[in-house]
Amino acid sequence: MAKLNLVQAINTAFMQEMEKNDKIVVMGEDVGVDGGVFRVTEGLLAKFGPNRVFDTPLAESGILGTAIGMAVYGLRPIVEFQFEGFSFPAYDGVLNHLARIRNRSRGRYTCPVMIRSPYGGGVRALEHHSEAPETLYSHIPGLVVVIPSTPYDAKGLIASLMDGSDPSYFFEPKRLYRAFKQEVPEERYTVPIGKARMVREGKDVSIITYGAMVRVCEEAADSLMQKGINCEIIDLRTISPMDTDAIITTVKKTGRCVIVHEAPRSFGTAAEIIARINEKALMDLKAPVKRVTGYDVTTPLPKLEDFFFPDAGRVMKAVEETMSF
Amino acid sequence: MPIQQIFEGKINNMQIIDKDGNVDELLDPKLPKDLLLKMYIYMVLTRTFDQKCMNLQRQGRVLTYAPSLGQEAAQIGSVATLEDKDWIFPSYREHATYLWRGIEMSQLMTYWIGSELGMKIPEGKNNFLVSIPIASQALHAVGAAWAAKLRGDKVVTIGYFGDGATSEGEFHEAMNFAGVYQAPCVLFCQNNQWAISTARKKQTATTSIAQKALAYGVKGIQVDGNDVLAVYKATKEAVDNARNGGGPTLIEAVTFRRGPHTTADDPTKYRKEDEVKYWEERDPIRRFTVYLKKANYLNDELEKKILDRSVEEVEKAILEAEATKMDNPEDMFNYAFGTMPVYLQEQKNELMEYLRSKKV
Repeated sequence: MAKLNLVQAINTAFMQEMEKNDKIVVMGEDVGVDGGVFRVTEGLLAKFGPNRVFDTPLAESGILGTAIGMAVYGLRPIVEFQFEGFSFPAYDGVLNHLARIRNRSRGRYTCPVMIRSPYGGGVRALEHHSEAPETLYSHIPGLVVVIPSTPYDAKGLIASLMDGSDPSYFFEPKRLYRAFKQEVPEERYTVPIGKARMVREGKDVSIITYGAMVRVCEEAADSLMQKGINCEIIDLRTISPMDTDAIITTVKKTGRCVIVHEAPRSFGTAAEIIARINEKALMDLKAPVKRVTGYDVTTPLPKLEDFFFPDAGRVMKAVEETMSF
Repeated sequence: MPIQQIFEGKINNMQIIDKDGNVDELLDPKLPKDLLLKMYIYMVLTRTFDQKCMNLQRQGRVLTYAPSLGQEAAQIGSVATLEDKDWIFPSYREHATYLWRGIEMSQLMTYWIGSELGMKIPEGKNNFLVSIPIASQALHAVGAAWAAKLRGDKVVTIGYFGDGATSEGEFHEAMNFAGVYQAPCVLFCQNNQWAISTARKKQTATTSIAQKALAYGVKGIQVDGNDVLAVYKATKEAVDNARNGGGPTLIEAVTFRRGPHTTADDPTKYRKEDEVKYWEERDPIRRFTVYLKKANYLNDELEKKILDRSVEEVEKAILEAEATKMDNPEDMFNYAFGTMPVYLQEQKNELMEYLRSKKV
């Protein structure tokens, strides 16, 4: 087993999936010769050639629209939008076509396009390069939204998406790209879509999170353990369809819950989780559920971004308030 | 030489049958009688379907409906050039293309009376779904053609859209991708002069829509869109060329939307009766009738028989569509994902329990 970082794990997954299925094509801006601005698709063009990997014209809506036509014809396009903040020219295509073709045709056509983008903040980037727009996509019926937090999960989740027939958006937390390495099996394996991961078991409070915030929460949980607070951490992995069972199980167990994400707060993933807790575990709660999130403001430039994104201190504060309620 | 001309382009316009049915003998593709009559029958059938849907909408039996009156030649002349393995990516006004491509009229009506079942295209028919967001389907047509090329299939696609669509970014992206990848497709613009109330001249400053092709490295031609033979000839050349590796073509079929944009629109607010009259004199079915009669392929008796049969078929189709069992409410949930998530199953159960409780 090799130790891989997130970039290497995703790259390995694509190598393996493209080898296995010749209908998979990779398309996007600079994904071929350049291997993508983060090198996630490096080597794919050399290995699979110009009939499988395309450096497209610079037009997100054109990339997605043609990918939809390809998928309807029978291919499986993996589409890169270079940064999450540049995905919106194609939003119309995702909302009005990609996610609803199965339904509109009553199952006659499927459209298994996988969109992927570097996601989120923490890399000192320019405007529009540090966004967390998962809510905008999770609200779309029929679209699978995945945000991995580890190299192992990333590879297995990609395999599951390639086995399935749903369109998906795969957000890659860019601050995790080279943050750490993990043992990743060389052989193919799958990690199920729609299933959360138990990051660590605990008895006092449940922290529900995903993406780059998982590591922030682990750091907070380590410090809280010193103070005698034993945190359980759940990594959602799939934002939509969300694993309600995992949420309810952990909340029933601890009776306390803090939800952490870097996206802005209002109407966000945390709000949806709280609604589900209200529906199924309200009477199990010993304290109100807390949210630690990005604020409801435009994602700031790097000079202020550390104040915007949740850090371990904010998570600890929320957990302690929940514990002392 | 400091200044050199680096590009020169020209765009042709083609007409084969003039407004009175006179044919240009040199250009006449001299299609076989069977094909000509089939095209005529489908043009008449489409118009009959169209009129019926307009009437049914007034009675509340059909949804808001987008009529194709006056555009029958543009639609039939183009779709008739395709093989079964080819694909069409229509907009919402191309009723004729679905009928020609083997979609039962009753099924097409099922969509227009308000059911997704109308777009459950039968297996083996390569017809994509009605696309209502303007110009989006042009990209889908290019993508499918590109995929066909990558797979080595000799398949061609046609994407249909109107003059209004050529202002959308998707049109330009579709043209650009088609040019860059030399996708085997035909981008077919029915320039029907009006995008709801916006006139063609407010849509673009160019003399023609066809000339936009040149900027993308795509072939372009303008045809008289009410002349079914000109449409057929231009599209056939474009389709053959695409199939043989010659790349994409933009065809501008100059036609006129004789009816309202949809049943919800009142065109008297923005256009004059003179203009409508001008185009009525250029009616595509009437001039094709003259052509067929001159060729002795059609006489008054057969003409009447074709019309009567069309009326019968349309009446039968609407009865069948209306008799189709109501959609199952569960179907709303069944096709969201490949595997239904638990929360969606719960929402489905919630609805079904509510429906059961109402019956008690």
